[in-house]
Amino acid sequence: MKILVGVKRVVDYNVRIQVKADGSGVATDGVKMSMNPFDEIAVEEALRIKEAGKADEVIAVTIGPKVCQEQLRTALAMGADRAIHVETDDEIQPLTGARILKALADKEEPKIVLLGKQAIDDDNNQTAQMLGGLSHWPQATFASEVVIEGDTALVTREIDSGLETLSVDLPAVISVDLRLNEPRYVKLPNIMKAKRKPIETLTLADLNVEVAPSVTVLKTSAPAKREAGIKVESVEELVIILKEKGLIE
Amino acid sequence: MSKVLVIAEHDGNLLNGSTARAVACASQLGLAAVDVVVLASDGSAVAEQAAKLTGVSTVVLVQNPVNENAVAALLAPQIEALASDYSHVFAPSTTFGKDLMPRVAAHLGVPQISDIMRVESATVFDRPVYAGNAVITVEAPEGLVLGTVRTASYPAVTQDGAATIETREVSVTLPSHTRYEGLKTSGGGDRPDLQAAAKVVSGGRGVGSEENFSVIYGLADKLGAGVGASRAAVDAGFIPNDHQVGQTGKIIAPELYMAFGISGAIQHLAGIKDAGTIVAVNKDADAPIFEVADYGLVGDLFEVIEELEKAL
Repeated sequence: MKILVGVKRVVDYNVRIQVKADGSGVATDGVKMSMNPFDEIAVEEALRIKEAGKADEVIAVTIGPKVCQEQLRTALAMGADRAIHVETDDEIQPLTGARILKALADKEEPKIVLLGKQAIDDDNNQTAQMLGGLSHWPQATFASEVVIEGDTALVTREIDSGLETLSVDLPAVISVDLRLNEPRYVKLPNIMKAKRKPIETLTLADLNVEVAPSVTVLKTSAPAKREAGIKVESVEELVIILKEKGLIE
Repeated sequence: MSKVLVIAEHDGNLLNGSTARAVACASQLGLAAVDVVVLASDGSAVAEQAAKLTGVSTVVLVQNPVNENAVAALLAPQIEALASDYSHVFAPSTTFGKDLMPRVAAHLGVPQISDIMRVESATVFDRPVYAGNAVITVEAPEGLVLGTVRTASYPAVTQDGAATIETREVSVTLPSHTRYEGLKTSGGGDRPDLQAAAKVVSGGRGVGSEENFSVIYGLADKLGAGVGASRAAVDAGFIPNDHQVGQTGKIIAPELYMAFGISGAIQHLAGIKDAGTIVAVNKDADAPIFEVADYGLVGDLFEVIEELEKAL
């Protein structure tokens, strides 16, 4: 059984992003880039499923310009067996991304596609569900536990009302949430080994994928800022203020 | 004719408050009608609640035993069948809407606009990116506009409406590959729902343990507040996941938000930006939470809560 796992290159989660003054986007020049943290969790889960003897091969996939191969190398150093780079310099929105993943799933025939529930740059939270829809596969989003039992997966999902469990037939798309696992640290010898693992490069044309209808970004602006307030010296002072504002009785 | 369909979120008995917020956003599109669809097993009670939402013209009730639980793979084909009558389809950007809508979008071959926070026109919207540290203005392409509504950006519509309830049969083939197995709730008891509460008392890593969280619950109960938490507190097992506030948890807009022992990572702040008044209590005077708090108090949270309880 194969597992396909999606990897996206994003601005590192520790970076305080800056909106460009001309409204054309956020500044990314010289900014630290990393694998989307949710995707790291997806890679880790794929590896754990393989290590438990329930999968034979883990294939990491990314979509984007050449430089995204850095993140594929990270996935390979974590333990993925091989990687596929769908190379494009265009901005790829979720529906096109899902079409690409669908084409790869048709080609590789994995039993599970594991994706992060959202990328921390565009915060869309769409690609896994779109892939589920396009393939007519089951989807189990926001997973905090995944148990593979033969041809089904039992997935615990973190939803607003608590923890929901779904049983889905494989093949299925699973999107992962933060508490599914803690990704491993990459060890130096594995980074060296990863350099010898294969990365296959494909284009949208190779996969016969057409760009889907897209939204147009008209401008990027800084959000309305909350001003820092005041520091109070005592609970008594705080209580007086909150009572005056009618927030407490 | 241009009209919008809002997908109702509910638990079979009660309409979730997020629906009234999504209707508020949908009403700003300036279209001929705002309709709500209730997909349920036995949905007449929910449909009646939806019919009271101000601004709603028609509540479409689709009853099917498979709709007993909200499973995206089963709901999506039914919504696709209804979508042809509409120019827009919206849902709240809760885990319900986030799970469901992209699947609908994929089938219909249209992009989705996630987390709409402002309507500029029927096709131009603002939405947050980078955990709310930037806002993009986006234009939907021609055709059906599909979106989820950032509920914290819209106060719920009032309940002065009297919409018509129309029962519809939707005959589509539904897959059998996805089965609902159960739901474990954290059993908040009578505490107000986090996303609807006017007041929220929240605890972070500084609370220290699951046992210590009882002081957060205690204060919340005294104030009639909902209980929130930072990711750190949930990760540490102090409190269940459904209390998490932030970029990947719940985005909330209470009138009063009180943060105890929360340092204020940007991912957490993304969830509380729309709160009316933020109070922060933290031992560390340099904690980033103080950069957004209206009232900050540097001190031991347990001592502060004890004093607060006495003063209330």
